[in-house]
Amino acid sequence: MIDLTAFRDDIGRSDRVCVRGGGTRWGVGGDDAGVRSVSAPVGVEAFEPAEMTVTVGAGTTLAALSAVLAEHGQEVAIDGPVNSTVGGALMVGRNPLRRGRLGEVADVLLQADCVGADGAVFTAGGPTVKNVTGYDLCRLLVGSLGTLALVGRVILRTRPLPEAFAWMSGAVETRKAVGALYRPATVLWDGIATTVRVEGYGDDVNEEVGRLQTLGMVPTGEPLLPKEWDRWTGVLPVGGILEVGAGVVHRPDAPEAGKVAVGVRALGERMRDSFDPTRRLNPGRDPHRVSA
Amino acid sequence: MSVPFTRSLLGRIRGDDPLVRDLKAVLGRGRVEIGPAALNLYSHDASVTRGGHAGIVCFPENTAEVSACVATTALHGRPFVPRGAGTGLSGGAVPCDEPVMVVTTRMDTIHEVDVERRLAWVGPGVVNLDLSLHLEGTGLHFAPDPSSQQACTIGGNVANNSGGPHCLLYGVTSAHVLAVEVVLPDGEVVVIGAEEGRATGYDLRGAFVGGEGTLGIATKICVRLTEDPPEVATLLLDFERVQGAADTVTAVIADGMVPAALEIMDQRVVEAVEPFAGAGYPTDAAAVLIVELDGMPAGIAAAIARIETIGMAKGARTVRVAATEDERARIWKGRKSAFGAIAVIKPDYYLNDTVIPRTRLAEVLTRVYEVIEERDLIVMNVFHAGDGNLHPLILYDGREPGVMERVLEAGEEIVRISVEAGGVLSGEHGIGLEKKRFMSLQFSPADLEAQERLRRAFDVDGLANPAKVLPGGASCGHVTTLGQAPEGTWV
Repeated sequence: MIDLTAFRDDIGRSDRVCVRGGGTRWGVGGDDAGVRSVSAPVGVEAFEPAEMTVTVGAGTTLAALSAVLAEHGQEVAIDGPVNSTVGGALMVGRNPLRRGRLGEVADVLLQADCVGADGAVFTAGGPTVKNVTGYDLCRLLVGSLGTLALVGRVILRTRPLPEAFAWMSGAVETRKAVGALYRPATVLWDGIATTVRVEGYGDDVNEEVGRLQTLGMVPTGEPLLPKEWDRWTGVLPVGGILEVGAGVVHRPDAPEAGKVAVGVRALGERMRDSFDPTRRLNPGRDPHRVSA
Repeated sequence: MSVPFTRSLLGRIRGDDPLVRDLKAVLGRGRVEIGPAALNLYSHDASVTRGGHAGIVCFPENTAEVSACVATTALHGRPFVPRGAGTGLSGGAVPCDEPVMVVTTRMDTIHEVDVERRLAWVGPGVVNLDLSLHLEGTGLHFAPDPSSQQACTIGGNVANNSGGPHCLLYGVTSAHVLAVEVVLPDGEVVVIGAEEGRATGYDLRGAFVGGEGTLGIATKICVRLTEDPPEVATLLLDFERVQGAADTVTAVIADGMVPAALEIMDQRVVEAVEPFAGAGYPTDAAAVLIVELDGMPAGIAAAIARIETIGMAKGARTVRVAATEDERARIWKGRKSAFGAIAVIKPDYYLNDTVIPRTRLAEVLTRVYEVIEERDLIVMNVFHAGDGNLHPLILYDGREPGVMERVLEAGEEIVRISVEAGGVLSGEHGIGLEKKRFMSLQFSPADLEAQERLRRAFDVDGLANPAKVLPGGASCGHVTTLGQAPEGTWV
């Protein structure tokens, strides 16, 4: 059982504090330079393959978690750069590249044991895969950059790894490629070529690969994508790659954050004030500054 | 307990109520009701909760009217309760202490369907099934399919984060709501979420879905549309012991499969629905298990073989794969109409909704049957087994002296057993009024405080559907949460 006492004591009750994961996306939403930092507990506490859930310290790296899950043929729908932690990836809240099959990161977090701004430990959500008991704090926490509470221990939904997958690419109209497939995991478009990842049962993947070959697409490796993300505006920036259906653009240059309507921002600020009236948790960060 | 309808608890004469006058100025006379028929009709939902009292019933037809209605109500410092079709099972739409009922059923327009981007903007009053019927021929559908789908509204689905058999694979309502236009409790209109990708800022959309009408009113909803699967197979397995069906479900998940649906019905349910559905359910079986698989053909064929093997090993007598679309439809007709058929057994029922770890299904089910037997009651079990979502339905005759106490006691015991097994209070019906008092079984005071913080950010003055979800705070007048069963509800 992961003990949150030390994490809670590190966070304390009054001074400004930030939480550091792998530091792979440290600049997202601002910077906490000069603010005292703490780290979340590390380790996989309980993996229940038959339940398709895993309990893990938020400071555990995604790589370490994935290795444990893979032993039983499972995975979680969370992506991140090498050295990313579970907690960090959840707080950044970006959707996995294979969203078409894995679903969204907001639906992964079942329970979060957190330390609030008042220094008290509280639990959001519950351990089961289906739960509408009370308010959905877990979905609110995902993507909150640690500005509402600091997450120490989480229970995540896992999924079976696909039996087979294939990346295919070619200068084919995206609509045509998608029309030949059932729920492709990923569809990318760089302005000329469409690249897709199909996955599932072996024979079905072979069938879909065959259809794509008929269209003129060929096998390829997993594409390397530019780092930054942006919301799709209907125009692909130079060097940009669109995740079709996900509304996400990968691009080499850092984009401006999307505009947030005044009323929505005010509601967001009320939310932050409600959880952290003195703004001591990750004080330099603001989810409203994050681009998609 | 009854309150004369012409005089409110505060002693106002309704016709002279300045709020009624102001609401009529906003909506017009015909869409503000204070007559006894409307007040009675809108004082309850499909739950067993009784004793609610509506104060004023409003029927806005667009966002501006909802906003004006809510702002006017807020100006008078009075509470309001949003309401869709009233099919909720936890008392979430039952009015406490004469609030303004804001009924959204007239906002039933499907505003836009974007087939290429796979999304639709709909009014909150659109009936769940009507959207999927509207989409026929596009190759897309709206995935959340609560058993009440022919009556419940999408606004209600958003408020309750509704489930349904197929959310095992496709996820509950929250996974299918991209954005929501919301009238906040002070009347302000905001759009939270985004048509594509995550919205910049906090996931307020995620926080709002499942808010049970306590965070504002959804006036337009952007829903994700799901691709129809190229192939669907529906299997029916039957067992001599209920535990065999439960063990099969546990083993299927443990084997790394996530079928589209995994539903169990016990013998009492099967006996009640078979004459009506004509699905060919074996009525001598202790339980049947419905398995639905969808996707590409080879994967389905392989999964059928695996499920047959697992089922036989766990004691299945037969495994039948529906051969025709008609056969498939009948199997589902029986499942989805289970609750219409129960009246033949006892006049009243109390329906519970808890979730347990799916590895512990057989053991918890055994406990549920024991709890019922010890109290000389009758239970029917029909439930979403794949995600551990139990729906024990306790049958009784309210005229029998002392029976209510035993039903209540059994209901509480089932909630307690579920939580002790590592489960939660509700999987899809919500907390409303019915389960408020159980919240502290699952949550500590600090947990509940965090939930209260979320609520307060949306509803600063506490006017949106007060006295629901969180324990403590306002009580709900003279409401009782267990009484005469309503007719025609679903799970």
